[in-house]
Parts: sequence; C-alpha cells; structure tokens
Amino acid sequence: MEIVLAIGIGILTASGVWLLLRPRTFQVIIGLSLLGYAVNLFIFAMGRLKAGAPPLVNPGEVDTSAYADPVPQALVLTAIVISFALTALYLVVLLTARGITGTDHVDGQEPE
Amino acid sequence: MTPSLLEHLIILPILLPLVAAAFMLLLKEQRYKTKAALSLAVCAALLGTALLLLQEASVGGSGGGDTARVYSLGNWAAPFGIVLVADRLSTLMLALIAVVGAAGLIFALARWDRAGPRFHALYLLLMMGVSGAVLTGDLFNLFVFFEVMLAASYGLLLHGSGEARVKAGLGYVAINLTASLFFLIGVALIYGTVGALNMADLSARIPYIPDADRPLFEAGCAILGVAFLIKAAAWPLGLWLPGAYSAASAPVAAVFTLLSKVGVYVLLRLSMLMFYPESGASAGFAQTLLTVMGLATVLFGAAGVIAAQRLERVVGYAVMASSGTVLALVGMGQADVLGGALFYMVASTLATGALFLIAEILTRGDDRAFAGQEAFFDDEYTDPFEADEVEEVGRVMPRSLALLGAFFAFAALVVASMPPLAGFIGKLAIFIGLLNGEGARQPLNWWIIGILSFSSFATLIALVRIGIDGFWKRDESNALAVRSPEFVAIGGLIGCCLWLTVAGGAALDYTSHTGDWLTRPTDYVAAVLKGRL
Repeated sequence: MEIVLAIGIGILTASGVWLLLRPRTFQVIIGLSLLGYAVNLFIFAMGRLKAGAPPLVNPGEVDTSAYADPVPQALVLTAIVISFALTALYLVVLLTARGITGTDHVDGQEPE
Repeated sequence: MTPSLLEHLIILPILLPLVAAAFMLLLKEQRYKTKAALSLAVCAALLGTALLLLQEASVGGSGGGDTARVYSLGNWAAPFGIVLVADRLSTLMLALIAVVGAAGLIFALARWDRAGPRFHALYLLLMMGVSGAVLTGDLFNLFVFFEVMLAASYGLLLHGSGEARVKAGLGYVAINLTASLFFLIGVALIYGTVGALNMADLSARIPYIPDADRPLFEAGCAILGVAFLIKAAAWPLGLWLPGAYSAASAPVAAVFTLLSKVGVYVLLRLSMLMFYPESGASAGFAQTLLTVMGLATVLFGAAGVIAAQRLERVVGYAVMASSGTVLALVGMGQADVLGGALFYMVASTLATGALFLIAEILTRGDDRAFAGQEAFFDDEYTDPFEADEVEEVGRVMPRSLALLGAFFAFAALVVASMPPLAGFIGKLAIFIGLLNGEGARQPLNWWIIGILSFSSFATLIALVRIGIDGFWKRDESNALAVRSPEFVAIGGLIGCCLWLTVAGGAALDYTSHTGDWLTRPTDYVAAVLKGRL
C-alpha cells in the first residue's frame, strides 16, 4: 500500500512541478492544483496508513494502535479548503490578467 | 476592567478585525465613510490592546516580565488545544503591526480606500492574519493565519487595479501558493516524526526524537524554513519582492513590509524554540546557513538599492536588506545580538513603511498604474479619484514639500542606520554584541559587520540620490498636493522612529531582554504547558 501511495504522490508532484514551470498561466494553475493534491495526500500519509481503523476513540477501548490518527485528517481537511479557495482566487487573477494583457503568458507579454 | 476580562485581551487582535471585516461585507460600497470610521475604531482598539500587552510584557503583569501570557482557545489545555501566546517577542511584533497598520489605514483614508471595492474588509482581514500569526502557539494554526494573511494580501495587492498590479499579482499569488505548499509539507513531516504541532510541545519533544527519524525531521524543518524564507524574501528566494511591493498601492506596500517581518519572526521563533543548545543532535541546525543566506540577502538588497531608479523599488530592496540583516543575526542565536537585531527590525520597518508612503506622494501626477484601465467586474470603479480630486485641493498643507522632505531625510537616515537616529542604535547594539559575545572576533563576525556597514552605505547613497531628484530638482509649478491624513500617517511613523531614538535606552533594554528570553526556550515551554510534561 505504501509503495502505491508513494508512487502516486511522486507522479502528482513531478507533474505539478513541471506544469508550474511552464510559461502559460493555465498550465501554472493546473500545476498548482496537482501539487496541492500531492501535498494533501502526503499530509494524510504522515498519519501512517491504516486500513479499516476509525479515527474516533471508543470510550472503552484505550489501545491507540486500533485507531487511525485523526489529526492529519483534520489538517488535510483544512488544507483542502484553503487551497481550493486560493486556487479559485488565482483563477480570477489569471482571467483578469488575460483580459488586461491580452495574452496568457505568465510575464504578461509574449516572448520575443 | 476586572482581571478575568483582561485575560481575554489577547484574543482581541484576532476577533475584532474578523468581526468588523465580516460586518463590512454587509454594507454597500457607497457607505465608505461608515466603513472608514469602523476600520479606524478597530485599528485604534488594536493599538490600545497591543500597547497594553506590551506594557504588561515589559513590566510584568501577574507573573512578572519573564512569563508568557497564554490563552487556551475554548479552554482546551495545551498541547491538545490551540493556544495563543503573548510573550515579549509576540507583543513587540503586535505593537509594530498595530502602529504600521494604523498608519497605512490613515494614509489610505485620504483617497486610496476608494480606489477599489472592499478595501477596508481586506485590510482588516490582513491585520487579523498578521496578528494571529505572531500570537499563535500552534504550528498548524500558524498556517491558517498565514493563509488568511496571504489571501487578504492578494486582494490588497490588486487593489487599485491596473495592468502593473495584475501582472505583479500573478507572480505574487503563484509564488505564495507554492510557499504555502512547502509550509504544509514541512508541517506534515514534523508532525509525522515528532507527533506534535504545539510549538512548546514540539520544543520539549525534540531531544527525544529517535535517531532514525531525525533526518526526516530535519528535512521537514528545512522545507518549513523555505516557506518562511520565501516570505521573508531571503536571497535567492526573494527576487519577487521588489516587483510586487513597488506595484502595490502605497498604503498596501506599507503594511506589506510587515508581512516580510512576519516571515522573519517565525524563523526566529522556531529556530530559537527548536534548535536550542540542549535540543540534542539537532542543536544549532541550519544556523550557519541562515547567517550566510541572510548576508547574501543583505548584499543583494544593497546592490538592488543602488541599481534601482524609482523610490518604490529602492525601498523594496531596502526591505530585503533589513530582513536579511535580522535573518543573519537569527543564525548567530546570541542574546545581545538578537536584542540589537529586534531593535533594528522595529526601526527599519517603521522607516521603510514611511518611505513607501512618501514614494507614492512623490510620484503622484504620473500615475502609471492607472493609465488605460478598464473595469472587469460590475462593482469595480474605473476612475476612483476623479470625483474627490477637485474638492480637496483646497486643503493642501502649506510648505508641504519642506515638511515632506524633512520626513524623507529622517526616514532615509533610519533605514541607512546613520547616527544619531534609531537605525544606528540598533546596528551599534548588534556590532557591540558581535564583538563582545562568546564566539567574538571570529571571521564570520567581522564579515557580518563589514557587510552590514556596506549595506548602510549603499542605502545612504541611493536615498540621497533619490532625495535630490525628488525634492531639490522639483519643478516649481508641480506642487505636491498632500492631504492631511497622509501627513498624519507619515508623521506618525516618523514620530515612532523619533520616539525609538529618544527613548532608545528603554526600548533597547526591552529588546535585549527579549533576546535573552528567546535564548531560554524552556521558560516558554513551561509557561505554555504549565508543568504538564
């Protein structure tokens, strides 16, 4: 399970970084989204992978190994919301830039 | 006020701007006078709160000057709940934020707050994010406040619209979103290896990290550091700063100087809390690297200051040099040096903020950013200044050029750290600390002294040149139209610098005591965890 997740995060990150360094704003925003997904999965993985374990503690059962760590799940939820909102905001900036400069190049002008 | 109410004082800098900003969204844009009054009231309350907390931190409230005031949100005890911590450093930052924030707002009231929609709400949210970032005692909560601060700053950078700002915003938003991802990776790695997010808890647990996990933990800290180095504009991660800050409208640029200092603050806070001498194998992690990066930033900033042609860009590079100075000294981790560095940081932030405001007045008349703009949204103003430009000309202050020139000279001397003003006191304290400390007279210390002196010299040359162009070579017919709120804002910042100079002894005493407090992280940990270890 770990290796699948690791490869998945790796591919997402690599694609994200590549797109982030591309000259078109649309590629940049897709790159940022992919990187965001990779980071969210990564945070999730930092709570250790565990199948079929609930994150909520049962009052009678105190053995912590029976539970999934709830903290990274809470963190990832916050991170998803924030990165979603900010990506949406970036989209607005991107469209405004496209409208004002007439090009979708990140520098606001076509290279010579 | 009763003591129980005073305990809640620390949450005011977060709650007040949040509630006021949310309320403002309900008001129409046309009611800008109500909004302005509300923002002013909130900023005044912030200033009052910050000064009250600062006074308590300096003389010591219930537990003496060396304890931190800890506030558990929802009364969940640390390390399980989120805490706000107001210690000497946090309150110092809070006071700085409140002063610069109030000055920026007053300046904006002259005309900038009408240059686009929802200025006041965004401004207050920025104040909330910055205040929260310096107050929080929890790493993930820090992320949330950082994002609030950044989200508001994206909106504010674009405030006033225009092609230059949108282009600058495009790069600024992209680089900060990437920095936030670094932040998350770092936090996740630290949580995965240490199992704690509360800064005090983290600090207490670091000596006990298993050796197998330590490289992963240090990698996490390094990645986390990258996020703040980007924010603090350390070379080579801060090349975005001069472009973004000089494109922003003046009051926004003035408060953006705070954002860089928040990056520096977090690096200072975390490196002192996590890599103290007793923290086992990680002690002193990346300290030398931080010093070298800081010095490289200072050199880059100094070169940029000389090369830049417009005052906004000069000040942008000066902000970099000032951040770099403090970063280099954070790396030294020496109490008396840190005291001087904090003093210098406060003085230079106030002065660079004032210079950003002066720069806008000087370049008025050739408002490049406004040329040929179009409305993109229904509620956007296309020509914000036309309506009030005529009626307010009558209120031009007499001899405004002379007074503004005096302000400029004063701020320039502080930024360049020339005697006898506040910047010089800070740098002198740094040099004395470097020459007297334990590891004194090492080559590195001499390098720091040399580079910092060089940057002062470079800043002086650049600002004198700009001053001659801006004030002496001015066309007589082209009188400066400075409105009274703008004078009040700049005068307030300059007045604070003056106060720092006159009351330099007391202020330096406070900052050196703060430096000393920072080198004793166990006291911080004990205050937050209250013997729960």
